Amino acid sequence: MKKTYKIEVDCANCANKMEDAAKKTAGVQNATVNFMTQKMIVEFEEGADVDSVMKAVLKNCKKVEDDCEIYL
Amino acid sequence: MTKKQKKMLIRIVVSAVLMIVLGLLPIEGWLRFFLYLIPYLIIGYDILIKAGKGILRRQIFDENFLMALATIGAMIIGIVDSGDYVEAIAVMLFYQIGELFQSYAVGKSRKNISELMDIRPDYANIEKDGTLLQVDPDEVEVETVIIVQPGEKIPIDGIVLEGRSSLNTSALTGESLPRDVKENDEVISGCINMTGVLKIRTTKEFGESTASKILDLVENASSRKSRSEAFISRFAKIYTPAVCACALALAVFPPLVNLLLSNPAGWSIWIYRALTFLVASCPCALVISVPLSFFAGIGGASKEGVLVKGSNYLEALSQTRYVVFDKTGTLTQGVFEVSAIHHNELPEDKLLEYAAHAESASSHPIAQSLQRAYGKELDRSRVSDVQEISGNGVIAKVDGRIVAAGNGKLMKRLGVVYSDCHKVGTVIHIAIDNEYAGHIVISDMLKPTSAKAMAELKKSGIQKTVMLTGDAKAVAEQVADSLGIDTVCSELLPGDKVAKVEELLEAKPVKAKLAFVGDGINDAPVLSRADIGIAMGAMGSDAAIEAADIVLMDDDPMKISKAIKISRKCLGIVHQNIVFAIAVKVLSLILVAFGLANMWIAIFADVGVMILAVLNAIRALFVKKL
Repeated sequence: MKKTYKIEVDCANCANKMEDAAKKTAGVQNATVNFMTQKMIVEFEEGADVDSVMKAVLKNCKKVEDDCEIYL
Repeated sequence: MTKKQKKMLIRIVVSAVLMIVLGLLPIEGWLRFFLYLIPYLIIGYDILIKAGKGILRRQIFDENFLMALATIGAMIIGIVDSGDYVEAIAVMLFYQIGELFQSYAVGKSRKNISELMDIRPDYANIEKDGTLLQVDPDEVEVETVIIVQPGEKIPIDGIVLEGRSSLNTSALTGESLPRDVKENDEVISGCINMTGVLKIRTTKEFGESTASKILDLVENASSRKSRSEAFISRFAKIYTPAVCACALALAVFPPLVNLLLSNPAGWSIWIYRALTFLVASCPCALVISVPLSFFAGIGGASKEGVLVKGSNYLEALSQTRYVVFDKTGTLTQGVFEVSAIHHNELPEDKLLEYAAHAESASSHPIAQSLQRAYGKELDRSRVSDVQEISGNGVIAKVDGRIVAAGNGKLMKRLGVVYSDCHKVGTVIHIAIDNEYAGHIVISDMLKPTSAKAMAELKKSGIQKTVMLTGDAKAVAEQVADSLGIDTVCSELLPGDKVAKVEELLEAKPVKAKLAFVGDGINDAPVLSRADIGIAMGAMGSDAAIEAADIVLMDDDPMKISKAIKISRKCLGIVHQNIVFAIAVKVLSLILVAFGLANMWIAIFADVGVMILAVLNAIRALFVKKL
């Protein structure tokens, strides 16, 4: 399953870092951060609980880039 | 400017003013340090906090860390050595100005590009009890009647029930000529209604309408990353640790060597250089400019009616060397037209008139093209005793004369001597009262711009053009000859086309990409098999939009070379930015390492490169004149 989230991040490098962090989160198959449109597209693994996975994604992103936001 | 940006601007102004005022005051010792600490903290507190948080999370190699380390180092050198605190503040100040500019420029260009693609309708008008009601287009159901007034965007795809008007389709196709519509015409969302009021019966939901689909496609396009972008991400990952290691070496080794040679160690000089090295090393320009260039390129292309589904496809398109075409509907109009009339004694129009009338009862495409060429209303009362001989043609009485129209077999059957035609196409022989009167040739017309498009492609460095068609050999070769196409494969079944494309893919070098251009109707498998699938004439055709990587909104083959030129320009800018940014970086790092540049120059170089790279990236947006 694929979902798109609106995000807020200031620099392109931070967006790359967020993408990496999101990819490494358990339950996420693939993730792309689009800095230009300020969007994150997350592909979930089969049977993953979207809400809890996204909370983990947000936590991991905050770890690498404090100044970011994902609108869940 | 956003709130965040305004706040930053205030911080920059306040600390800059404080720094200048303090420079005029003759204060010495610790008081001087504490006073200078105020503007330093005003401008840099968030960076210090972020750097601190980063250290706690063991994410140390980021730019905040670099800036914090460099400026704190400069402050310490100020305390122990020079009493010069201005440098740390100035560096922080420039860094923040650079960041502010970056976020402003990027935000601005993001907005500009989004505005270019502004085909999103805001509302739909519904008539209720005699008054117009504006509703959210999302809430309009299929088969609802909506009203579009002059100057408004058509919100949802549908069919015109009432009214005539001209539509401006330029936001969708890049075509500036308006399109006229009347009752029963299909209209698609995103067009602007220019002259008359239109009553439209919707045929799709808003989410399924053309405008929504295109917006969705373009907005998600930059999420499919190109190899250049992947390269930058990888580069940034190894770059920062490498730079930190170099800086450490720069701080430690030269003083140690000095000590060994029993010279003065010069710790503060080398630590200062190492810190400057760190400041100069920020990879921002590179990381920002590449995706921005692609974003601008995709935006500019969509303004021209070329929708690119991802940065990776734009990149592949720029490397295209082989272009494979489908014939019908791509290079030709897919509409059969009378292309020649060879008459005996009857005048041309009379011959056409008889033929059209004889065929007037038939609904065959050939009959229709005859009627179209005749151009006047058919008078069915003049026709009687219609006799259709399947596989041969028609015999009918027109104005009392027996008219036979059909192929050679029909003529033989009637015992009429006929002459063959040198022209390629479907030939209809006509005999009147059993006497040969001439023939009419019907063929698929070339698009007016096809030949020019081929020439343009050759000019832009395409090595080979190939045409695949299910049509007869003679027809295919005649078309290829008149257009200047290199290779023709004719009489192919749809499955053979995939096999042919695979053959071509095998034979070509890996770096040269192969593009297939089709109309998207029955060539979806070929579109997806080629390196790049280009579908044309996609206005309103969902199948084409789904199957292709690049979608040409109208069916003008000139757009193919245009798309290639756009992609080349965009990739050119990407490469310029990569080379320029890395070159300036390396140069300034070398200058710093040899002590030829101070921290100010380092930060200027960094911000300057970034500004130039961003401005250069924006150039990708301007593709009108390519």
